[in-house]
Amino acid sequence: MISILTTYWPDFVEGLKYTLSASVLALIGSLIIGLIFALFVINPLKPLRVIGRIYIEIFRNIPLLVVAMFFYIVMPQFIPHLDGFTAGTIGLIIYTSAFIAETIRAGIESVDLGQMEAARSNGMSYIQAMRYIVLPQALKIVIPPLGNQFVNLVKNSSVLAFLAGFDLMYQGNLIASTTFKTTDTYLAVGLLYLILTMPLSYLMRYLEKHWSTGAAE
Amino acid sequence: MQNFIDAYSWVNLRFLLEGLWVTIYVSAISVVFSFIIGAILGFIRYVKIKYVSALVGFLIDVIRNLPLLLIIFFMYFGLPNTIGVRLSTVNAAILSLTIFESAMLAEIIRSGISAVDTGQMEAARSNGMSFMQAMWYIILPQALRRMVPPIVSQFVSLVKDSSLATIILLPELMFHSQVIYGQNTNYMIPMFVALAVLYFIICFLLSQLSHLLARKLG
Repeated sequence: MISILTTYWPDFVEGLKYTLSASVLALIGSLIIGLIFALFVINPLKPLRVIGRIYIEIFRNIPLLVVAMFFYIVMPQFIPHLDGFTAGTIGLIIYTSAFIAETIRAGIESVDLGQMEAARSNGMSYIQAMRYIVLPQALKIVIPPLGNQFVNLVKNSSVLAFLAGFDLMYQGNLIASTTFKTTDTYLAVGLLYLILTMPLSYLMRYLEKHWSTGAAE
Repeated sequence: MQNFIDAYSWVNLRFLLEGLWVTIYVSAISVVFSFIIGAILGFIRYVKIKYVSALVGFLIDVIRNLPLLLIIFFMYFGLPNTIGVRLSTVNAAILSLTIFESAMLAEIIRSGISAVDTGQMEAARSNGMSFMQAMWYIILPQALRRMVPPIVSQFVSLVKDSSLATIILLPELMFHSQVIYGQNTNYMIPMFVALAVLYFIICFLLSQLSHLLARKLG
């Protein structure tokens, strides 16, 4: 395993770069879209609520691979020069945003209703109350689950391997198929994934424990 | 529109449904195995046997933090080189899904049991129940109520994740759709629509089942 890691180190680094950039880009994109749809769902306007629900239910119940492959196989007919990395990242954004929307919605709804009412009766508009009173309180509740979503993104970004996305999994497959040392290569790839995901998921578990004891009651 | 009519010919639809059957079959077997193994592992983590629980906990964390795709590759392409066992695609898919999802379920089950107030166990024990009795009659029924929704949503993930096994050419839904649009590129959009609809129906029904169960137990 060590020899595979040292011999093919540049390829692994290349793969890590693509995996990390896909994950970070997808996190930013899906946070923005997820927040928008979360606000849709808790909105007082019914049509927006319905749109938000439909979006969330559709993309939570369809495999990521189907969404990503759609952008890789079908979309290039309409958008030329859509490479595997971009298509995969768009797929990741759309898929993950549905989960993030649901996480943020749960976070917002766990903030006491009285907070919104108090803010409104003090003369704030709905948007002001949301922006200055509810969202800051929801933030602390949603950070650990959002961190876990990032861990999921790093793992899920391995679908880029289906789309020639040059990520860690893709590089690993390339190395495995040229050297035939499948065991060592996949163990090395696994180790690199664990270095990315494990510290973060332990941190999130720590935050969950400590923040929840502080926030209870 | 003509593309849709052509794409959904009887032959193609039957081929898709054959794929759907493999998806359901592989998922169902993995659900059963991963639930049993996950329950055992989660319980071992909860009861805190010296060294054993810590080791099991570490292994669970390792598997939870790996991409499922990597586990599938390892089981199909890695195992022949490691221990000389060549699994069929179906067995490799079932084994990978079971390993991955039982780690996920173990964590759900452990946290579900831990969430029951410790006073419940103490009260049952001081009323003369053995540890196992207290667990079975007092703790688990309460824990189950909390655990059902996350367990079912994990099963939904399992069904969706089974699509990844298309990479080892498991003849499931995703793979069969690729075969169809591989023959005629006009069928791409109809096939993706069919994929989305079929997966959505299974997963949505499962999620609705979880709401129903949660209401019944709660």
